[in-house]
Amino acid sequence: MTPLSQLLPGQFGKLASLNPERAVDQRLMALGLLPGMSLKLVRKAPLGDPLAIEFAGQVVSLRLAEAESLIVDVAADCPIQRPRPS
Amino acid sequence: MSDPVPSLAVALVGNPNTGKSTLFNALTGLRQRVGNYPGVTVARKSGTCDLGDGRKVELIDLPGLYSLAAASPDEQVVTDALAGKIAGERVPDVVVLVADATNLLRNLFLASQLAELGRPAVLVLNQADVAREQGLRIDTALLSARLGGIPVVLASAWKGEGVADVRRAIARAADERRLLPPVAWPANIAAALAELARAVAADTGHAPSAAEAQRLLFDTSPTLPERLGWDKARRDPAIRAAREQVRRSGYNPLAAEPLVHYERLRKALAGVLTEGAGKAGRTAAVDRLLLHRVLGPVLFLGIMLGMFASVFWLAKFPMQWISGGVDGLKAVVAPLLDGLPMLQSLVTDGMIGGVGAFLAFLPQILILFLFVGILEDSGYMARAAFIMDRLFSWCGLNGKSFVPMLSGFACAIPGLLSTRTIEDPKARLATAFAVPFMSCSARFPIYALMCAAFIGPLYGPGWESAVMVGMHGVGLLFAVPTAFILTRFVLKVKPQPFVLELPRYQMPKPRDVLWRMWQNAAEFVSKAGTVIFAITIIVWALSYFPRDPAVAQRVRAAAAGESAEVVQARVQAAYVEQSWMGRFGKAVQPAFDPCGFDWKITVGVLASFPAREVIVSTLGVTYSVGEGAKADSAHLQQAMRDAKWPDGPRAGTPIFSLAAVLALMVFFALCSQCGPTVATLAQETGGWKWAAISFVYMTALAWLMAVGVYQLVSRLA
Repeated sequence: MTPLSQLLPGQFGKLASLNPERAVDQRLMALGLLPGMSLKLVRKAPLGDPLAIEFAGQVVSLRLAEAESLIVDVAADCPIQRPRPS
Repeated sequence: MSDPVPSLAVALVGNPNTGKSTLFNALTGLRQRVGNYPGVTVARKSGTCDLGDGRKVELIDLPGLYSLAAASPDEQVVTDALAGKIAGERVPDVVVLVADATNLLRNLFLASQLAELGRPAVLVLNQADVAREQGLRIDTALLSARLGGIPVVLASAWKGEGVADVRRAIARAADERRLLPPVAWPANIAAALAELARAVAADTGHAPSAAEAQRLLFDTSPTLPERLGWDKARRDPAIRAAREQVRRSGYNPLAAEPLVHYERLRKALAGVLTEGAGKAGRTAAVDRLLLHRVLGPVLFLGIMLGMFASVFWLAKFPMQWISGGVDGLKAVVAPLLDGLPMLQSLVTDGMIGGVGAFLAFLPQILILFLFVGILEDSGYMARAAFIMDRLFSWCGLNGKSFVPMLSGFACAIPGLLSTRTIEDPKARLATAFAVPFMSCSARFPIYALMCAAFIGPLYGPGWESAVMVGMHGVGLLFAVPTAFILTRFVLKVKPQPFVLELPRYQMPKPRDVLWRMWQNAAEFVSKAGTVIFAITIIVWALSYFPRDPAVAQRVRAAAAGESAEVVQARVQAAYVEQSWMGRFGKAVQPAFDPCGFDWKITVGVLASFPAREVIVSTLGVTYSVGEGAKADSAHLQQAMRDAKWPDGPRAGTPIFSLAAVLALMVFFALCSQCGPTVATLAQETGGWKWAAISFVYMTALAWLMAVGVYQLVSRLA
């Protein structure tokens, strides 16, 4: 279980949970990002923020600080599994 | 002959990036009208569409949106327009839902929400050609059956395919009036909605619509309950109780809406979509290049510099033609009015000059909007915002503030018009506030004059260039903290999250880009143009009247023996000195005394409020070198270097000391001296309030900083 903000570019998995109280999460749910949905961190912007994530056939950008509440269950077969230095 | 009043009103609704506007252009041809919805800065686009069976309908292109939920002005307008709650607007007889055929599930979420409004609907699956290329097959008959039998049409507005089918489908929908069935809410949610509707009716006397009850239950925004006039003390417990009831059914009340809709849509789409072999799009590959960590920013800077150079340099040629044309027209008209000097001056300097003043902005507006149109329609604008966001987010702006601010360095007008690409109203306003601080090309002449006349001769060409460059940064230095303070402390609106779709890359359609470019220019001319014209006439009158012939006679008598040119220049200077503007300048000079400005500079400063570049020619008049003075005029530079304080504590010392020169430049860097900018700001922020605040703020800041610079430098030097 990893916050989306800590994923590495290329990592993918399933959305485990989000926080419906937050405006960002509400927006993403309207775009179809619901728990259980597969998603991938495609890349980070050149300055490290915002992030581009792919889900349901679309690429959406959101800020690092806005990605904290999205918890991702990184797929077991995800080739990039390096632990994040905390 | 005018068209008969269309019998039907039809609204076009859909997500952004679905090609909705392209479809709108294809359906209406170019028979369109652009305006604003009352009280908000949301553009209202409408046109006449021929249904092909003799009927004509009024087609309204509503702003693109993903969901009815959030409280942005765009979303508000769509909900109100579809519910018939906008004064003077017809309730649409048919709603055309435009969906991207390659991403049906997400696009239908909005459609499913809109079903609650109970309007006859058509579903257009646009960009069907791209879906076909990707190997995606869509069973439209099955989809139509699943959606209550509403017409479902495949189209590719870009290629012009299926547009006739869309016309026929609208005609069918108007006749058959089939509705998209609303989602079936689980029992507890349905009960909570009913309970909430009952509470609103009891407290306010008006029963809310089904759609409104849902917004009250599912949204945290206070906009709707406030509009319904539902008292906070009454509504909070009622909404809390309703949400508690939803929670008992196992749904989080704030997540229930998308969960239920998406569940419904997944079932509706089962068997409708068949994925076959097809080409994957090139978008991911292009992004690997354009969003590359190193190459991405390099290419971004290249694109932006190319755009800036075009706005700055390319526009110079048509601007020269315009000013050449204006001068030519003056030369033609002036002799016709030779016996009537007042009328001659009113027509040539006031009226023709006034029209020229705003026509001169058109080339820059057209060129910038050509680029903005290409950047937006190709999908690159979202990437530009993605790359730049980090640099802007800390001060409350976002990545989309970059293009307006960059164009501000050429001219604030196109910069302000391009803030329309920013969806978040708070960031849009803060950006609009920051844009006029950017060092526009009209500030260049005063910097050039001051640097060439004083900095260069005193300190050498090195300092001259350094000061020129430095002055271009002064505005930016103040714009960023201004945006920070504005978004952090003044605008008490909750910031909108910066969730931005990075859409599929697409070749922009020339007709759409050119049409939008034209519409922006036309709107500027019709709205800001009249204000600019009026300001020019007023300032002309202030510097022309009163005009006592005795003044000219006195000057001529005193200057006997001088050349005709010198006499003419002195007569002009004398007239300006005793005009209302000159008298006013002398009267308020004490206010500018702490900045080191004498009455001549003060008159120049005041006369420059409609257009700051006027300062150079005004100084030319007040320093008696004639009104055609340019920044590189050796006469003017010499006259200014020779100017001394006639009396007072500084008597005999040069007026243009280093301190005064720097103070004057800083003043022009910060002051709101541009009528068109103020008028455009009012147009873009939906009223004069923010335009007035910006004007007072910038002018006060300019005065304060000029005083600071003058006092500091004159003590140090």
